[in-house]
Amino acid sequence: MHATQKTFVKSKQGSNTQSQLKASAARTSKTISKKKDDADGTEIGEGDEWMDGKTLIKPPNQLDLTEAELKEEFTRILTAKNPHAPENIVRYSFKERSYKAISSVDQLAVHLVLEGNLLHRDSDEARRQRAKQGLQDTTVIAETGDEQPQTPAAGGGDAADMEEGGGEERADSVVFKADKKEQKLTNQFNFSERASQTLNNPLRERQCQTEPPPRANFSATASQWEIYDVYVEELQKQEKNKEKAKAVPKKDQDKTKKILVETQSDDSTKMAKLAKIMERMVNQNAFDDIAQDFKYFEDASDEFRDQEGTLLPLWKFQYDKAKRLSVTALCWNQIYQDLFAVGLGSYDFTKQGHGMLVFYSLKNSTYPEYIYPTTSGVLCLDIHQQLPYLIAVGFYDGCVAVYSLREERLEPLYKSTAKSGKHTSPVWQVRWQKDDMDNNHNFISVSSDGRVVSWTLVKNELVFTDIIKLSLEGAVLEGPEGAPPPTMACGTSFDFHKQITYLFLVGTEEGKIHKCSKAYTSQFLETYDAHNMVVDAVKWNPFHPNVFISCSSDWTVKIWDHTIKTPMFIFDLNAAVGDVAWSPQSSTVFAAVTIDGKAHIFDLGINKYEAICQQSVVAKKKTKLTHVEFNPVYPIIIVGDDRGYVNSLKLSPNLRSKPKEKKGQEVPKGPELEIAKLEKLLSLVREPDNKV
Amino acid sequence: MAEVEETLKRIQSHKGVIGTIVVNAEGIPIRTTLDNSTTIQYAGLLHQLTMKARSTVRDIDPQNDLTFLRIRSKKHEIMVAPDKEYLLIVIQKPGE
Repeated sequence: MHATQKTFVKSKQGSNTQSQLKASAARTSKTISKKKDDADGTEIGEGDEWMDGKTLIKPPNQLDLTEAELKEEFTRILTAKNPHAPENIVRYSFKERSYKAISSVDQLAVHLVLEGNLLHRDSDEARRQRAKQGLQDTTVIAETGDEQPQTPAAGGGDAADMEEGGGEERADSVVFKADKKEQKLTNQFNFSERASQTLNNPLRERQCQTEPPPRANFSATASQWEIYDVYVEELQKQEKNKEKAKAVPKKDQDKTKKILVETQSDDSTKMAKLAKIMERMVNQNAFDDIAQDFKYFEDASDEFRDQEGTLLPLWKFQYDKAKRLSVTALCWNQIYQDLFAVGLGSYDFTKQGHGMLVFYSLKNSTYPEYIYPTTSGVLCLDIHQQLPYLIAVGFYDGCVAVYSLREERLEPLYKSTAKSGKHTSPVWQVRWQKDDMDNNHNFISVSSDGRVVSWTLVKNELVFTDIIKLSLEGAVLEGPEGAPPPTMACGTSFDFHKQITYLFLVGTEEGKIHKCSKAYTSQFLETYDAHNMVVDAVKWNPFHPNVFISCSSDWTVKIWDHTIKTPMFIFDLNAAVGDVAWSPQSSTVFAAVTIDGKAHIFDLGINKYEAICQQSVVAKKKTKLTHVEFNPVYPIIIVGDDRGYVNSLKLSPNLRSKPKEKKGQEVPKGPELEIAKLEKLLSLVREPDNKV
Repeated sequence: MAEVEETLKRIQSHKGVIGTIVVNAEGIPIRTTLDNSTTIQYAGLLHQLTMKARSTVRDIDPQNDLTFLRIRSKKHEIMVAPDKEYLLIVIQKPGE
């Protein structure tokens, strides 16, 4: 009702004509209307033609028109069009995405707006008003004459268009203009518009993008062995799991510890193994000629030498730190036949000091495989026949010890102490024995203190039992000199019989050899008046059960039949004999080394009187040879000297006593043949004796 | 490890040994006595060759394995000791 709109009050003339139409028809003039037509254009067509019929009352200023003029028709069409409304509105339609002409244009034009104040007469406000004014009646009347046109001066003052445009409609509102000074009345209609808008849940859009999972291209070809490896690994895992399941109730702690230790050592040893292999290969290349000789060289000149043979020097084993020590013991490993142990110490009893136990392999002559430094000089050692990692060692200070190559540490596994019955003098020989009834490993040692002691490895200690005490009495009784008081004899060497396990021989410092039995601890079965000086070595023949050999510093090597008290053969080598060794291949072959640096090889089957080879094998003249050993398989011997060197020598074909093979004839082989061969020789020797 | 170091030193001090290279499983040299470029060349090529050789041996018999590879050339001998983790390569001039 009170809507205020924009009022189009542009043309006075336009609005004039409108008012004229309504107020009186007579007033209109053609010219004016024509003018208007021109001014307003075609939009407002005003027709005055309808007045033609009413020509009865003519105003004085009316135009006289002719009939023709009167009949002339002017056609005008009224349209409800707003001349000011724009015709060609174009809007952008988002729906169709293009500009579109708007066909419907708002044609409403408002020319005048007036506020009105009407009161309902029955309303409280009206009553109040009446009471205030006291003129209630008049106003009531006035009010009842609702549509009384009154144009107040104030209203017209504003603008002419106002009174003219709004005259017809708003006349009533003007009536109350007088009341306007009264308090404004509020809306008499009990109406209120209330609106509330519920909260719309705001739209939310959430997005997130995850990082794409990493991709990798993998391609591989599976070979047969890769598949195999996986299977093996799986198998091992399963086995481990099984073992674990079993081991858990028992001693799982110990096992895990062990495993840990093993894995730790594995890491460091892996590279060590590579390095070791590589060192051997480098050596093989460097000493290629020696390796070739070792394997293939056969001295062709042997053919023309009849019976004599030669020794071909091969590798020379040396270790810088052992240079000043002398080789006191040699022993081949029976299972790993390229490996041998060397004991280093000193035979000079004024210069005793430290010693050393080293292991060489033929595959690496430049550096030992294992090195065990010892505080006292080593005098003897023996490698266990079945357990190639166990080494028994005898020391100058009377101790015996057992080393294990399996252990990483440099200390011995077992060592005898003063409490556990160690020898009081140097230990001259140790020898492993077969395991005893309880499967304990045990070995026997002999020392200058006259005791022969058996040592048993029990758990973590060495248990000793004296086997025999070498009293001099036996010797005194039979020996020519009874002068020295009955004290202990000094054992320097011994050897157990190969077949009769209780029977053994002991060589003494006095030059005697006693045949003893484990069963009799105080009595000798036999005493041989063998040598005039220290018996350096005594050894049973590996084939013939009755024969043994002995050597001494009195320059002689003697071969005995243990049933006969006199030697069967005597060889004088013109120098103190350090060591003798039987050949493992032939019953009649043995080697001896003398302190003048010569190695002697004998084959009784070929020459009963002389060595078939006598060769100096040391670089310097003064070097003394101390020990000799045959390799159990290959035709080589190793000789040790007092400078810490070990030389390996290859036996030429003549020294191997291979019976010449005749065509079409099988040559019998085996220990029986070897026994027979030696027996034949012995019988030859015996017969003249018997005759005598 | 000290023992290994010692052994490697001994190998290197041998007459005729030109160089020692230790190569890891990826074929990357981790220690050497040769100059850089030679080392890289040797390591890369020999690693491939050794893997191939190993594959050959194992293809023939999966239970078998390569333990050593030596290449004799006019001038040198190249020796390779393979392992699961390392390769030890030594170049030696034999007969000197």
